[in-house]
Amino acid sequence: MIRNRRISIPFALTASAVLALTACSSEGGRQEQEAGGGGAADTPRLTIAMVTHAAPGDTFWDLVRSGAEAAAAKDNVELVYSSDPEAGNQANLVQNAVDQDVDGIAVTLAKPDALESVVGRAADAGIPVVGLNAGIDHWEDMGLLEYFGTDEHLAGTAFGERLNEVDAQKALCVIHEQGHVALETRCSSLAEEFDGESETLYVDGQNMPDVRSSITSKLQEDSEIDYVATLGAPFAMTAIDSVAEAGSEAAVATFDTNEELVGAIQSGDVEWAVDQQPYLQGYLAVDGLWLYSTNGNVSGGGTEPVLTGPSFVDQDNIDDVAAYAEKGTR
Amino acid sequence: MTRTLTAPEAAPGDGPGQPPTQVARRSLLRLFLARPEVGSLLGAVAVFIVFYAVAEPFRQAASFSTVLYASSTIGIMAVAVALLMIGGEFDLSAGVAVITSALTAAMFAFQLSLNVWVGVGMALLFSLSVGFANGWLLIRTRIPSFLVTLSTFLMLQGLNVAMTKLITGGVATDSISDMDGFASARLVFASSFQVGGFTVRVTVLWWLLFVAVATWVLLRTRIGNWIYAVGGSADSARAVGVPVHKVKIGLFMTVGFAAWFSGMHLLFAFNTVQSGEGVGNELLYIMAAVIGGCLLTGGYGTAVGAAIGAFIYGMTKQGIVYAGWDNNWLMFFVGAMLLLATLINAWVRRQTSRR
Repeated sequence: MIRNRRISIPFALTASAVLALTACSSEGGRQEQEAGGGGAADTPRLTIAMVTHAAPGDTFWDLVRSGAEAAAAKDNVELVYSSDPEAGNQANLVQNAVDQDVDGIAVTLAKPDALESVVGRAADAGIPVVGLNAGIDHWEDMGLLEYFGTDEHLAGTAFGERLNEVDAQKALCVIHEQGHVALETRCSSLAEEFDGESETLYVDGQNMPDVRSSITSKLQEDSEIDYVATLGAPFAMTAIDSVAEAGSEAAVATFDTNEELVGAIQSGDVEWAVDQQPYLQGYLAVDGLWLYSTNGNVSGGGTEPVLTGPSFVDQDNIDDVAAYAEKGTR
Repeated sequence: MTRTLTAPEAAPGDGPGQPPTQVARRSLLRLFLARPEVGSLLGAVAVFIVFYAVAEPFRQAASFSTVLYASSTIGIMAVAVALLMIGGEFDLSAGVAVITSALTAAMFAFQLSLNVWVGVGMALLFSLSVGFANGWLLIRTRIPSFLVTLSTFLMLQGLNVAMTKLITGGVATDSISDMDGFASARLVFASSFQVGGFTVRVTVLWWLLFVAVATWVLLRTRIGNWIYAVGGSADSARAVGVPVHKVKIGLFMTVGFAAWFSGMHLLFAFNTVQSGEGVGNELLYIMAAVIGGCLLTGGYGTAVGAAIGAFIYGMTKQGIVYAGWDNNWLMFFVGAMLLLATLINAWVRRQTSRR
């Protein structure tokens, strides 16, 4: 049962995209289903490009994209999604969107300096640009229309506060990509707020056995660690194994969620996840551009970011989230 | 030393490669020192001593078990990659091929609701055919292995993500941990057991077994002779009747087999696999083989050496954590340790060849 339902999601998305591409009517069929029965917008068809710094095959970014696709289906928008973790390549993809003269661009500013000039060119071409996920300190200066995402600093701080609440003594913050600004900010903000001691550990996120043995090693080395904080859901799942292997008493908590993590929170293996709602980020970015183009709306008035987190997923609210996670939207 | 029959003279630019006829005349000690893996063995001892001295937790049995596990996951692949390098080729697709195999098994079993062993079998078939395709393309097109396997690497990377998304609707596989056959497969690929307070991971045993088999094949069988011959000089080997094409394709398929095995370990140890993983690991496998004494030019090296190379990497990577050194410097320390091991390796070989 579950399996069938899951296959139908990509199928529905593809089908609606195909329908949309062939410029069918904007009502009825799967498109309507996608929009939750409310019917798709009858506004003129727009083309919106979303360019992120996602590495391929990452569960987090898949949620962002799903959200963007859902909004696109509802808003009669053709979504052109592309991504590249290298800042220079990402800038080229944005330029590519400018060249295509799209009706709007949603971009992540993980490395703002590299994107500054190309975002300026989009503005010169009269294309509205919104930011999402990364770049909360830069979007306004760079002239972006609005921003949808979390403040990594806020997220880290919230995590630190929570650690104080549960009376943690020593936390291990596991960074799965060395030199990633947002990840470093999470750990440093956590350390700032947390009254206990905290330490960071770098692991190779492309290599799960390395993640597992490195966390195990650290826990063996330092038996005082009582909380392991991972910065992505798949790493939390691995940290559970490491804790068991090292014979440590440490609890695991994480940033970000995915479908598998839901089960781990239900069973108590992971205590909580700080959720930045990636689906919402993708959805709002596309919807924001649509609203601006069709109705002149600007969320946050162009001066305040629209925050999608941090919210906590823990045993108190996990059952509400679980149903959505199963559909691949949380 | 059956390989003395066919191992070619090293070209002057090859550095430490030894004319094997001299090796045969040496005393036992020199014979030992001249073996390709001895330099890396001394390197391993040096790295061990460093961490034994500076990292207190490194001295405990539990830590050693973790180090061995980290080494084995690199080492299983390194053995096959070393064989391929001795045969004169290398494989850049080996890192993502591991993920491809894990994804194939997981999706096959999950989507068709089959016993996971069926998925495991399909993954084996698929991995072997990827290896076959690599070797076949190399031979038919005469494109260097660098380019053939680079292309495979990129194609597999795209295939991993695209197929996973197409089939599962997400970019990670669904958890198969509650399916039939999972428990027994886990026992084979990802279990661990206690031996007197020391945790032995099954991957370590498999690793040792693979090293032993590869060593036996290299030193005691005709195929081993062929591998050295093909890597030394494919033309001369062909001239004396070695089936060069079959050997090369077989070596690529061996890498495919190891990728399958490593992929199965990932799947059954971690239940789900993210489709974007694995990129960059191919260099770790090659690195382990090179530290272990394999020449990048082929025709020289051993499986034991590759195992020691993987062990050096495992000790270094985990040793730095045990030592509590500043994390920002982690990769620098790893690089420096590897350089040290390689230098000791090269120095030992120079010493033995000078006498």
